[in-house]
This record gives sequence, C-alpha cells and structure tokens, in this order.
Amino acid sequence: MAAPAATAKDSHPSRSSHYVNDALYRQLIADFTGWQDDARAVCDPVVRDQFRRLLEREARLLDQLRYEDWLAMYAAECIYWVPSTPNAGDPRREISVMFDDRRRLEDRVYRLRTGFAWSQAPASRTVRLVSNVEVFAADRDDVRMLRSNFLISEFWGDETRILTGWAGHRVLREGDGWTIKAKQVNLIDCDQSIRNPSIIL
Amino acid sequence: MTALERISAPQNRIDGTALYDWDYLVQEGRAHRLIYTDPAIFEAEMTRIFGGTWTYLAHESEIPNDNDFITRRLGLRPLIVVRDGNGKVRALYNRCTHRGTTLCRWDKGNAKSFQCPYHGWNFLNTGKLRGVPWPDGYGDDMRDPKYNLAQVPRVESYRGFIFGTLNLDALPLVEHLGPIAPIIDQWLDRNPGGKVVVCEANRFLFKGNWKLAYDNSCDGYHVAYSHRSLLETENRFAGENAKGMAYYRNSPDTQPMYMRYTGHGNHFKDKRPNLEQRPGGLWALESAHPGMEHYEAEFIRRYGERAFSLLDLAGSEPVNINVFPNFSLLGNHIQVFEPISVGETNAIWYGTMIVDDGSVPSDAVTDINALRMRTQEGFPNFGEVDDIANFEQIQRGLMAVEDEWVYMHRGLGIPGRIKHNSDGTIDAPATDEAFMREHFKEWKRLMKGPHNLAITREA
Repeated sequence: MAAPAATAKDSHPSRSSHYVNDALYRQLIADFTGWQDDARAVCDPVVRDQFRRLLEREARLLDQLRYEDWLAMYAAECIYWVPSTPNAGDPRREISVMFDDRRRLEDRVYRLRTGFAWSQAPASRTVRLVSNVEVFAADRDDVRMLRSNFLISEFWGDETRILTGWAGHRVLREGDGWTIKAKQVNLIDCDQSIRNPSIIL
Repeated sequence: MTALERISAPQNRIDGTALYDWDYLVQEGRAHRLIYTDPAIFEAEMTRIFGGTWTYLAHESEIPNDNDFITRRLGLRPLIVVRDGNGKVRALYNRCTHRGTTLCRWDKGNAKSFQCPYHGWNFLNTGKLRGVPWPDGYGDDMRDPKYNLAQVPRVESYRGFIFGTLNLDALPLVEHLGPIAPIIDQWLDRNPGGKVVVCEANRFLFKGNWKLAYDNSCDGYHVAYSHRSLLETENRFAGENAKGMAYYRNSPDTQPMYMRYTGHGNHFKDKRPNLEQRPGGLWALESAHPGMEHYEAEFIRRYGERAFSLLDLAGSEPVNINVFPNFSLLGNHIQVFEPISVGETNAIWYGTMIVDDGSVPSDAVTDINALRMRTQEGFPNFGEVDDIANFEQIQRGLMAVEDEWVYMHRGLGIPGRIKHNSDGTIDAPATDEAFMREHFKEWKRLMKGPHNLAITREA
C-alpha cells in the first residue's frame, strides 16, 4: 500500500524530524565548543540587557507553566540539550539527560498536560534565578551565543530543593526579535543521580 | 596467591540472631511493610543479599584497557573495580587498610596504583600494599597480607557483565544465571558482534527502598496506568498504528507476552511475542524520536531492503531481563539499582551503543548509535520519572504502621494460570505478580542464611 502523500502539516518539525541529522550533530558540537571567548564578548550594556530580558522571560514562562508561550520562543527547528557529562560529549555516542528536537519538546509539554504525569501531579512550584549573563558574537552576524548561570528552587513533594548550573543559548535573529535555536543546560551534577528530573529546565 | 578471610565477626547487630520471623514477614501472597522500612533489615540485606548472592558491579566496556578503573559499590561497600596490569578484573574495597579512608574519589580513570590522600599509603591495583611513608616507624612487618586491600573474593563475568559475591558457596555465575543466560545471549546477539558498549547514563535518585524498583522490574500490570501519560504522548499522532507500549492498554492479561521465573530471584518478561517477527518489526513500534524520519529515509536510500534490520538496532528490545537483586536489561539499557539507605536508592540506566565489527556498514554505525541514544532517552524521560514518583509514594504510604501488608497475589489461586515447566522455570501472564512472589522466596532464603562469606587479600 502506498503511503499517503505527505502534507505540509506532516512535514512540519512538530510532526516529523528531518532536521536532526549528522550535519546537525556536527554543527551543534561545533557551535557549543570554544564559544566563550573573551575576544568575542559583546559588552554593550543595551545589547546585554536585551538578551538578559529574553532569558528572564524564558525563566518566568517556565515558572508560570506557560509552556506554549515558552515553546514560541524557540525556532521551529530547535534543540534542547541537557548533557550527562560536565563537558558535553558527542550526543551521537553519549546518552543525554535530555535531548529534544521540536517534536519531543512538544511531547514533553503534552505529557505534562495529560494530567497523568504522576511525577508532576501536583506540579512542582519553581522560582528561577538567572544571572551572570554574558553575550558572545558567533560565526554569523544574525546569531549570538548567551551564557547564563541558573538556580532553580523547586518545591515538590514536601520539600524544596535546588537545581543549578549554567546554560548556553544559541539565538537567531528572526525579524525584529531573537528566537532560540539551541539551548544547552549544564547541570553541575549532570553525571550524578538526580531526583525526579521531570520539570523543564 | 590470595588469602581468604572468613567473615566470622558479627557484621551487624542482628547477624546470627532470630529477631525476625522471616516466614511471617514474607508470606505467599503478601509481604510485611517492615521489609521496606526497617533499618535493621536493610542493614542485614547489605550483607546477606548484597554480598550473599551474585550482584552486578560493572560492564567490561567501562574498563576496556589494562589499569582502567571505575568506582562502584557492593551494597554500601565502596569498591574500585579495576582491570589490573595483567588484565585481571578485580573488585577492590575502596578503603585504606590503615584508617579506613576511601583511596579513590574519581568515578573512573586509569591508574597502576592508588595512594591514600590521608597518610600516603600506596597500593598497587592488584590490592597489594606497595609502601607507606617512613616505614621505620612501624615495629611489625608491613608485608603482612592484612595490610593489603580487601577484595571481593569471587568476581566473574558473563559476556561482559561483571558480577561479584562474597559467598564462597554460591554457584558459578553461569550456573546461577541458568535458564536466563540464553535470554541474555539473545539480548546481546542481536547487536553486531554480540557486543554493546556502555555510553553514560540516565541516573535517578528516589526516596524509596531498593526492592520497590526490583518489584517493578517485571510488573506488566502497572504499565497501562502508571505510564498513561507516556502512552498518550507516544500515540498522540499514531491513529491506528499503536506505538511504544500501547499493547498494554487493552486486556493486557491475554496478550501473548509472558513472564518466566528462572530461579535465584531472576526473571524476564518477554514482550517479543506481541511483535511482528520481521525486519523492521521493532522499528515499527518505536514512537517519535529525534531524527527518526531523516535516518529512516536516508537508510532506505543507502541500504535498500537492509535498512529496516539496521533501524531495528536503534529500536528497544522488548524484553526485561532481571537478575536479583540489582540488574535489569530493559530495552537497550543496563539498569542497576544501588541501595543508599533503607529509604533511598539510585536507579541508573546505563545507555548502550553498538560497535563496528564489520558486519554492519561502517557509515551506518554512527547513525544507528545517534538514533539509539535518542530512543534510549525516551523512557527514562517520560516513563521512569513516573515510576519513581510512585516508588516514593509507596515508601510514604508504608509509614502507616498499623496497616501492615502489601499484596502481591495477582494470579494466585486461579487454576491453569501459572505453569510449572519441567526445567523448574515458571511461566505466568506478564501482568501477574508471580515474579514478585518468586523473588521474595529467594530474598527470604538469603535473609535466613547462614552464608559462607569471606573477603580476600593478596598474600
């Protein structure tokens, strides 16, 4: 039986994953290697504040469980990556804590919205601090790399705990704004046992 | 030459006594809450179970070269699992014989010797004491074997899986595994060269007793409800083509999948009869993973008909193989349970990748592994988190002192439901709790003892 003709909807990255290929993996590794270069630091306080606001907004949307608004901050073809090693090896030959493309990010949100995700029933309450924001120029004029430190206080069960580390964002200018192409979340204890890693970082 | 030291001194405050009536605590269809909540029982388990029977330590691919080491635990004992300079795998106690300091604080590495950071005692990776600072200050002969590192006296591998026990009377590992060994063979042999390599892990800590994880290892009853969010997510676009574990949804009792108990607390749940036995049968069941459409199209373009058997190598093997007390092969993972305290456990899901043995096109290996990493991240992210949330809530529920029993009698007393095979194995529907009743018989046997336990040191 012939497969039904692909529709535009079927080929959207929310529905099928064509952009996660070997070239993407190579580019991702290259993009997240050696980018925190003082010579590329963007020191203009107006620019830095612009990106600081982007990161603060992302944190607020996640704290408020506004997942759909949060997803809208990401490019259609995006990567959300939480490595399982402190120096982030090759995700083609290393299990990640999380490695999501657009569709899997939407899966993550969908699951949390089902009402049957017992690890988030009731949902964690979180407050995120984002700080030490640095902006770096990248290989392209329409791309910036952002480094920030994060501290997530999570109340879950009957206790409050801390998830902390630093994040790298690769952001792309689209129209008047910037969308997130890739986010790498580096938990300081990424290679240790983590209790209930069920929130979005 | 090695020197055995029988463990004759009491290892814990209840050893050799009968404070507990084990037959009361574990009955045919129910178990007492104390076995999950009592610190003294936990303490006894750390010797009688984690020590009294074969316990998984590490995979040989984690220490491939001479002098490689990795730190692990046997129960609560800190170990350095090493491949010494002669290629021999040893499980050294990570404990300086002088004052008890752990010698090695790194997770893994390569070293011919370990020097204690406290006073500088230096040990070869054979466990032998090489030297101490200013030895003239000692009046006795420091070459006495008692100063060499303690070691697990029996360390054996089965096809790369390294197990250890302190029990001198335990059967050889391969006999201990018995009828589950060929199932492990099948799990391995579907991979090129019959081999896998460990490649990092998804690691979870849960505030619950370690047995809660093992009790779940073969449980086909919980899937439809515990993993409802996963099943709904996996199938949000699937329509009639049910994906993932969707076959659990409708009357899972009557599915062809089954559980087999193979003795010594070991069991497996075989879901393979539910699948189409054809190249691509495994792949067809995979739900959405990053890159799957790209690689599928690319493989068909590159390899034609062979594409689907290659894609199956990225698919999850639908069999759960559980070796009591701490080891499960699950999908493509090696899952290990590490007790921390009576109410705290690590559940570690080591990922595995395939190796290039020449039987698979070389340019396919990287791509298969890239896909295989993503398929393996699915369940830990969207399934295991809900399991451990439930394990934690069991531990909390069991704090109700007067409400003493947990029930594990599903399938018990229904004529014809459980089949005793001529080789001593037992078959039951995958949704029964027969597996739990059987592994608790082994738990009880081990807790009753006595055991012929020992450590060893180089002589």
